[in-house]
Amino acid sequence: MDEFLQHLLNAVMLGGTYALLGIGLTLIFGIMRVVNFAHGELYAFGAYAVYLVAAALGLNFFLALIVAVIAGALLGALIEVALLRLMRGADIDTVMLVMIGAWIVMQNTELLLWGGVAKAIVTPFPEAPLVIGPVSISWLRLFVLAAALILIAASYVLIQHTKLGKAMRATFQDADTAALMGVNIKGIYTATFAIGSALAAAAGALLGPVFLVTPTMGDLAALKAFAVVILGGLGNITGATVGGFILAFVEELGAGYISSGYRDAMGFLIIIVVLLFRPTGLFARAERVG
Amino acid sequence: MKRALPAVWPVLFLTVPLWLQDQYLLHILIITGIFIIAAMSLNLLLGYTGQLSLGHVAFFGIGAYASALTTLGFDVDLFGLRVVHQPWPAIVGLFVGMIVAGLSGYAIGRLSFKVRGAYFVIVTISFAEVTRLVALNWVELTQGPLALTNIPPYTLGFPGLGDYTLWNKTAYYYLVLALGLIAYVVIRRLVGSRIGRAMIALKENETLASAVGIDVTRYLVLAAVVSAAMAGGAGSLYAHYLKIIDPDIFLFIYTVTMVIMVITGGKGTLAGPIVGGMIFGFLPVVLRPFAAPAVQWILYGGLMIAIVFVLPRGIVPALQRFVANRPSGKSAGAGGLE
Repeated sequence: MDEFLQHLLNAVMLGGTYALLGIGLTLIFGIMRVVNFAHGELYAFGAYAVYLVAAALGLNFFLALIVAVIAGALLGALIEVALLRLMRGADIDTVMLVMIGAWIVMQNTELLLWGGVAKAIVTPFPEAPLVIGPVSISWLRLFVLAAALILIAASYVLIQHTKLGKAMRATFQDADTAALMGVNIKGIYTATFAIGSALAAAAGALLGPVFLVTPTMGDLAALKAFAVVILGGLGNITGATVGGFILAFVEELGAGYISSGYRDAMGFLIIIVVLLFRPTGLFARAERVG
Repeated sequence: MKRALPAVWPVLFLTVPLWLQDQYLLHILIITGIFIIAAMSLNLLLGYTGQLSLGHVAFFGIGAYASALTTLGFDVDLFGLRVVHQPWPAIVGLFVGMIVAGLSGYAIGRLSFKVRGAYFVIVTISFAEVTRLVALNWVELTQGPLALTNIPPYTLGFPGLGDYTLWNKTAYYYLVLALGLIAYVVIRRLVGSRIGRAMIALKENETLASAVGIDVTRYLVLAAVVSAAMAGGAGSLYAHYLKIIDPDIFLFIYTVTMVIMVITGGKGTLAGPIVGGMIFGFLPVVLRPFAAPAVQWILYGGLMIAIVFVLPRGIVPALQRFVANRPSGKSAGAGGLE
């Protein structure tokens, strides 16, 4: 039972960052109809940004996190303006190919700049874990969860209670009508991609210190983000949040009780099973077109 | 000149080992040939049925592992049941590899053709990743990250002439060329047949195709089976030529390589994967002296984006249009390159 509690706790810690990744991806897909293969690279970008500022330059760790999120948003905006804006009206497969190209370019640029050796980020949190009864939590992971929850809440507020969020929701429902009502669709697309990228960079910035930073860290992150998004239904933000925690639980329990080697396979098995039995995701209210 | 052009190619390809002394270039040509076969098989799905399958490397890898394990033999414990397989001749492995890959194509096709578009893409990637993780973790069967080594070369038996084992690169070059030609002819006949027209019809307009009585799922699954079996054959060639395979054979980057080859050359054309395959097979050789691998990949990615923007239909259709529109070249038909 104690072991189960510990697994549960680990899953909650991880679930927050998975949810962040998923929300970013699902926003971009829902509003722009873009399957963002570069999502994992923005995650890796966030982690390297923290490494650069906190470890290489020796500045404050929390400052590094903020820098990573802002840099992620700027990079996202750049990708949108330089690539995706030119692809408006192209079919979804073509855009996917362009994003795969962007993914290859970004990953290898990281490899070129930083080399293939994994980097570790030292944090200001104490090494000794917080022990509560039978379970223990590292302070860093507790902070990661708190930061992830704050960012998730901030995304909700942004989308539900701001003018920008309202325009984003309107674009999601019907881009043409929104444009006729005076919504600046181009600006909304750039903002959406920037926000989605910032969330991915934030997830990377938070998980980078927990694990190690490598140029290929984004690959699994991207595929896990897809799993989260499919669980929740493409374009569904609440679904992505719940999906992030479900994926973390399944992975943690699968690794704990079945086989740790298949931890990363759990996400893909979820994708396959969900798509075969409930292709619109677990929480979809209405049929969505893939 | 245009009519003479198609006849030049077989002569050129057949004589390569006679005038190409550089063993490294011959090696690149063999690997490129193997990937061209895989790209041709992907083109059947991507180009002719219009399904962006990004899990194609799964069939390549399954073919490679099935062939290697058939040849090497194995002894595994399957839920308490001991399964022992004695080594078989390597050439049997080629067929077993194709059959196992084809069966996987059937199973995966049956399941994933329930969904379309972005969902289909993601489900195919997931299948490939699951196969990679199985190859990595089922150590008893696959040796996991330690790789399967000492995979023996093929031995071809000629009735009355005795056996011939493919020891050198020249022999493998001709084998790849012969199998590539067979794959080309099979695809050409398939897409030119009733089945091929049905596939193209459902790519153009699936709703209309099913309305006129085309059993969409049946044709998609058929394409997946043929495509997977060919990719499995290419995987078997890869395994027996290199004599070593590890779970990295399932990496997504190999699928991307095949996709780039098809898109660059021209999806839905017979010559497209060959042209694209040659370009991306030899690009590393050209770039190697002055570009690190990471730089090469950056150029690949950039080139992929550029191709989608500049030549969205690929090189072969662009050339065909160019030849057809040239005022002097009024010889009939734009199919010269096909």
